[in-house]
Amino acid sequence: MADPVLSIQHLVKRFGGLTATDDLSLEVLPGELHALIGPNGAGKTTAIGQIMGEITPDAGRILFMGEEITRLSAPARVRRGLSRTFQITQLLEDETAEDNVALAVQARSGHGFRFWGDASRDARLREPARAALDQVGLPKARWAIPVADLSHGERKQLELAVALATGPRMLLLDEPMAGLGASESLRMTEVLRGLKGRIPMLLVEHDMDAVFSLADRISVLVYGHCIASGTPERIRHDPQVRAAYLSEEEAV
Amino acid sequence: MRNLLRDERSWVVLVLALAAFIPVLAPMLDSPATVGLATRIAIYAIAASSLNLLLGQGGLVSFGHAAYFGLGGYVVGILYAHYISEEPFLGFIPGSNDLLVTMPLAILVGGIGAAIIGALSLRTAGVQFIMITLAFAQMLFFLFVSLKTYGGDDGLAIRRVAPMLGMNLRDPATLYWLCLGLLAFWLFLMDRIARSRFGRILAGVRQGERRMAAIGVRTYPYKLVAFVIAGMGAAMAGALMVNYARFVSPDMMHWTKSGELMVMVILGGLGTLLGPVLGAAALVGLEYTLAGLTEHWQFILGPILVVIVLFARGGLMGAVRRIAGRRLPHEAQPLPPGELPLGELPSGELPREPARHG
Repeated sequence: MADPVLSIQHLVKRFGGLTATDDLSLEVLPGELHALIGPNGAGKTTAIGQIMGEITPDAGRILFMGEEITRLSAPARVRRGLSRTFQITQLLEDETAEDNVALAVQARSGHGFRFWGDASRDARLREPARAALDQVGLPKARWAIPVADLSHGERKQLELAVALATGPRMLLLDEPMAGLGASESLRMTEVLRGLKGRIPMLLVEHDMDAVFSLADRISVLVYGHCIASGTPERIRHDPQVRAAYLSEEEAV
Repeated sequence: MRNLLRDERSWVVLVLALAAFIPVLAPMLDSPATVGLATRIAIYAIAASSLNLLLGQGGLVSFGHAAYFGLGGYVVGILYAHYISEEPFLGFIPGSNDLLVTMPLAILVGGIGAAIIGALSLRTAGVQFIMITLAFAQMLFFLFVSLKTYGGDDGLAIRRVAPMLGMNLRDPATLYWLCLGLLAFWLFLMDRIARSRFGRILAGVRQGERRMAAIGVRTYPYKLVAFVIAGMGAAMAGALMVNYARFVSPDMMHWTKSGELMVMVILGGLGTLLGPVLGAAALVGLEYTLAGLTEHWQFILGPILVVIVLFARGGLMGAVRRIAGRRLPHEAQPLPPGELPLGELPSGELPREPARHG
């Protein structure tokens, strides 16, 4: 078996009396799309926060590309190739869609201590930004629109474009389908399918159709603990999973 | 022509070009005080514009910006005192009354002061940041109040201003043109910075620190450099102010002065190029006009400011743009006809409101 891209070992995070992450271990293999599912409050977003370095775990280790990153800051992890999207979009509201992506391209290209040239006319920033927008399928007519005026679905697409523009070696996707309409959801699924195999992904998602059609492996999180991990087929028939989580999801 | 009017930079050029005629027009209108007033406006415009880099671009509410204004002023004042006494400052820096020497030194000292205060303050955020910048400025204020060697409370007077590059700086018109020229240079610099890669990051800091971290940017060094640049601009303005007023006192760095600079920026229009200039003109002009009418002028100034801030969203620049029929930069653009964002709107999901302004 190939070395994992991301390896989480015995991660623990407590908030007061609440154990949000309880001895969580998880691996994402090269080229794999690994889905993380679980009921609300299972600690999925908290796990992503710890992998990204936004939340400091109380115990455990995080290895990325074989190197320990547990104590690195979030920006340092991004520079190593980790990139995330947010469930509640975090975008620069005054800037246009293209400006948002171009800033991510700029961040990847090195330091920003350049005080002179007009960044909005810099083809080295603009071309990769447009490529990323194209990749996520945001229509060209919407590229010059300020983020504050984009629809929810467009903002979700833009989140992904910004994450792609950082040049990730792995993507952490926090509910990219949340709040999307049925057709938007399908579109996003197709975009992710297009990325699959090229970039390993850890996908947190409630849309079970999307999860079961995309994932190579699924891990199920309940109360911060991973109760099962395996292929979609195995998870679908796992009695423990059915009892804990999928019982309400008759459609699956 | 319409495109030209849409660009804020052409407005700046227009305003500065018209302002250059003030010394020519003032004698014709029989109002000799106008040139002095215009000089003060130009100087405060530089200081306000430097604060705007932090407040408007970076969203960093620094409530101690007068500290650098005063530091720049004191460099000029102290070097003059040593020039007169012929004793070198600290035993090795000779005094000077030459603006070519004192102003670069003032800018340097302002930058160093901002680097030290910024390095400590920028470790905090939000209200803490506001309070710590205010506290540092007040510390400097009380330091100069207690410095009896340099006049303490009473400050220092400057009597002999040396000519610079053949310019007689005692001539009000010449000093005014110098200040206006430096304002033009400063605004050019601010415009370039706002559009640069550095400026894009600063705008990102204002709109979302979390987003900046998520694209791999450690924001602290950028905020610190912005702080230093802003401090240098304020110190340059302070040096000019002391040359104009021929006087420096701790009042230059009092917290009310920091407040005035903030009012100028907000009144003129946060984050705009021309806004701080309009704000400085409005505040200094109003103060002058009202003070001529009544000694209780502050009683009238307060409500006027409240009305402007309440009703002219985006400050004076916002009002100017609405009058000129120009949309604010982050106002909605209409969708091209027949083009819907995602082909269709998902059922049960309302489209976002198209515009936030207007």
